[in-house]
Amino acid sequence: MQGEPSPRKRIVRMRLNGRWREEAVADNLLLVDFLRDAAGLTGTKTGCDGGECGACTVLIDGVAHPACITLAIRCEGRSIETIESLATGGRLHRLQRAFHERLGTQCGFCAPGMIMAAEGLLRREPHPSDADIRQALSGNLCRCTGYVKIIESVHAAAEEAP
Amino acid sequence: MTAPRKGSAIRERRGVPLIDGVEKVTGRARYTADLERTGALVGRIFRSPVSHGEILRLDVSKASALAGVVAVVTGADCPHTYGVLPVAMNEYPLARDKVRYIGEPVAAVAAIDAATAARALELIELEVRELPAYYTAKDARAPDAALLHANKPGNVERAVHHVFGDVAAGFASADLVREATIDCAEVNHAQMELHAALAEFDPLTGRLTMQSVSQVGYYLHLMLARCLQMDESNIRVIKPFIGGGFGARVEVLNFEIAAALLARAAQGKVLVELTREECFLTHRGRPQTTTHLKLGMKKDGRMTACECEVVQSGGAYAGYGIITILYAGALLQGLYDIPAVKYDGYRAYTNLPPCGAMRGHGAINVRHAFEVLVNRMARELQLDPFAVRRANLLKAPTRTLNELMINSYGLGECLDRVERASGWHERRGKLPAGKGLGVACSHYVSGAAKPIHWTGEPDAVINVKLDWDGGVTVLTGAADIGQGSSTMVAIAVAETLHLPLERVRVIAGDSAITPKDNGAYSSRITFQVGNAAIDAANALRTILIEAAAHKLAANPEDIECAGGVFRVVRGDQAPLAFEQVVKAALVDKGTITTKGTFTCPPEAQGGKHKGGAVGSTMGFSYTAQVVEVSVDASTGAVVVDKVWAALDCGHAINPLAVEGQIEGSAWMGMGQALSEETRYLNGLPAHASLLEYRVPTMAESPPIEVEIVESHDPRGPFGAKEAGQGALGAFAPAMVAAIANAIGVDMDELPVTPDRLMEALVERRRRARLDQLREAAP
Repeated sequence: MQGEPSPRKRIVRMRLNGRWREEAVADNLLLVDFLRDAAGLTGTKTGCDGGECGACTVLIDGVAHPACITLAIRCEGRSIETIESLATGGRLHRLQRAFHERLGTQCGFCAPGMIMAAEGLLRREPHPSDADIRQALSGNLCRCTGYVKIIESVHAAAEEAP
Repeated sequence: MTAPRKGSAIRERRGVPLIDGVEKVTGRARYTADLERTGALVGRIFRSPVSHGEILRLDVSKASALAGVVAVVTGADCPHTYGVLPVAMNEYPLARDKVRYIGEPVAAVAAIDAATAARALELIELEVRELPAYYTAKDARAPDAALLHANKPGNVERAVHHVFGDVAAGFASADLVREATIDCAEVNHAQMELHAALAEFDPLTGRLTMQSVSQVGYYLHLMLARCLQMDESNIRVIKPFIGGGFGARVEVLNFEIAAALLARAAQGKVLVELTREECFLTHRGRPQTTTHLKLGMKKDGRMTACECEVVQSGGAYAGYGIITILYAGALLQGLYDIPAVKYDGYRAYTNLPPCGAMRGHGAINVRHAFEVLVNRMARELQLDPFAVRRANLLKAPTRTLNELMINSYGLGECLDRVERASGWHERRGKLPAGKGLGVACSHYVSGAAKPIHWTGEPDAVINVKLDWDGGVTVLTGAADIGQGSSTMVAIAVAETLHLPLERVRVIAGDSAITPKDNGAYSSRITFQVGNAAIDAANALRTILIEAAAHKLAANPEDIECAGGVFRVVRGDQAPLAFEQVVKAALVDKGTITTKGTFTCPPEAQGGKHKGGAVGSTMGFSYTAQVVEVSVDASTGAVVVDKVWAALDCGHAINPLAVEGQIEGSAWMGMGQALSEETRYLNGLPAHASLLEYRVPTMAESPPIEVEIVESHDPRGPFGAKEAGQGALGAFAPAMVAAIANAIGVDMDELPVTPDRLMEALVERRRRARLDQLREAAP
């Protein structure tokens, strides 16, 4: 095939949803594309052209980040958690249960990113106020709910033990 | 009307979660971009760089020759137009001869990867002779303007002129006549999921499988057959999970057909994923609208006449335009009792991305103007805005002047509820400086009573299958796009069969399996598909009751089906469990399939005047909203502190979902009212990202208190009507009234951005100064 040479690849070692893995990663590969295409974790969504909507939010070392403006190679040695890691032991995670039962999501497209952003919040602030939630999730757009039931869902989850 | 079952678990609860909710919160739900794509080529679209021009030369030979490029298609590959209205299909999936807006698809490539596809686009050569371009309806309608479409003089797609009642007499009898010109900027749906289509053409069988984001798989199916000249039976359209629609996807979109053309040319599988910028170019949003409105009112607030002119800048192609301009006129009626109504509507072509249907289709901007003027006139007459609305209530059952059928009407109760909940009388006028309260109302159809593609078939068909395992499978073509329609269908069937919801499974949106459905538009699913679901479940119930009667050696009319068991009324025989009855029913017969249908009767299909079917429906939802704002006059910033929204949805089949719909639509109204607008600089989109196109974030979104009003429509499924669109239209006028209440400034334009509000404040100061000077002058 003609054209430009492929970008350089390097081996990146990261802990993805609790398991260490090594992968040859191109220098310009975005974390969101790595997760979706290489790791097959399509729960992390792309909803914009970069850093606009929050649908790709994942936890990097426990902190919420948009995976669409994060290079995969910057995740060397770090822990990445996606929506797929939350339900364990045959049970939904408390945030997933709350979002499900209280209609914190309608079309569902923003839900994975929204839930991961909320998880990031609950880890640093176990009992967030309305204002805490509004601030922490303000980078995550939802077009269906008007956010009312999302805020309710986060409160409900916070009231449950993790 | 089938009554909701007394004591049923569903009725007693506040509603049920979505039946596909677990998939959504776990990330397992697969949207089009998440589908298995092994071996799929990457499809990309080459777009027009100019607003209006004649294509002189299009050369794709270099792109075709690039290694890794498998197919390139252009307008030459599809000489067939597509569109939603049989009378107005004036758009090619890939431009031929002319381009009419920046971003219009001209060619498409399929390559082995994204980088190769991107390089191929750069190799496409397009030579265009530019033509004059128009970005406003005013410029496009100027007498010397060049025509976008040769058969549309004046660049008007459709002019509508309707008069009902004696308008002159109405105005003559009024105590107060006032006019207003209200401008609403163009808005976009901005559904969170990017547009995508996965097309697979199998050259060995000649079959095409299309998975896409469509809200109406049936239209997509029809247009694929038309544009690819394929037999309909060789096409299968499958709906994956869909990340919102709001009308963006009710018409077939150019990239869907381009994906199919590429798949056929490449003899394989092609995935076309659009960027957010391309989603804005694809558009089909709510058009920029200028409404000139004149209302007559008696001293007591009774309306005497309404005269309204609406001009919509529709973009470069017809799309839904004719329907939009007809809706704007038709839905002047149906909310209040108005003795005379005159409407003149003009849908203009402009060199911008085509507009289409968006939540509250056609009704929102004209309703905004209407409610704004009603509030201003109430103030001038020193009447309470609630009292003015109460002076003009309809009485169901009735028909409007334009023959819209109204069988249930809960607007009065909506007003009562938000008046009470908001503390209107106690609080209005007594709030701190800079704070204000406003109220407005709106309504919307529960399904168009006459489908666009009229074929004589029922408006909705449902199949229900019952097999040896006792599982009830409902097959529906209705597209769940996040609004919860599959859950509604499951509830309707479970309620009718007196079964727990868990026993019902819904399979939706696969043309090879599910019955044809007209799709998710005009809020038709609850009313039409809900009724069909009840009909299909009743047919199954009859079969089960007969089987139970046979087994219990009783007459079918003596069998009672409740709580998951079948028993003989007034007998002491042991009841039969559902599983036993299923086994009995299957003897000699095997798997049972029943069908249910729903058809809107002719009397629901509107007047005989031209365009009279648009706006006709089986029932309207009604809403009243109170909005509380804080205005900072030093910055022009408006903060919405709280919203009280009451909606009459007839009967809430799933109260949780109804609440979610009301919250979501009131909030979407807030986006249009406060911050959302597409903007173009000489046809070039300036707001084609979610940073520039300002969808409200959680930080500026208010608490919304919802009141569900149930007027029990006599023909609705369990009495239900729509809940997903009606609440949108009341928000903006209520907010504008709240701003006037807060700082005494009347805003004539949406969105009320800080710069627009500052301009209005400066204008007010300037006028006050002029008045002072005049008074001072001798």
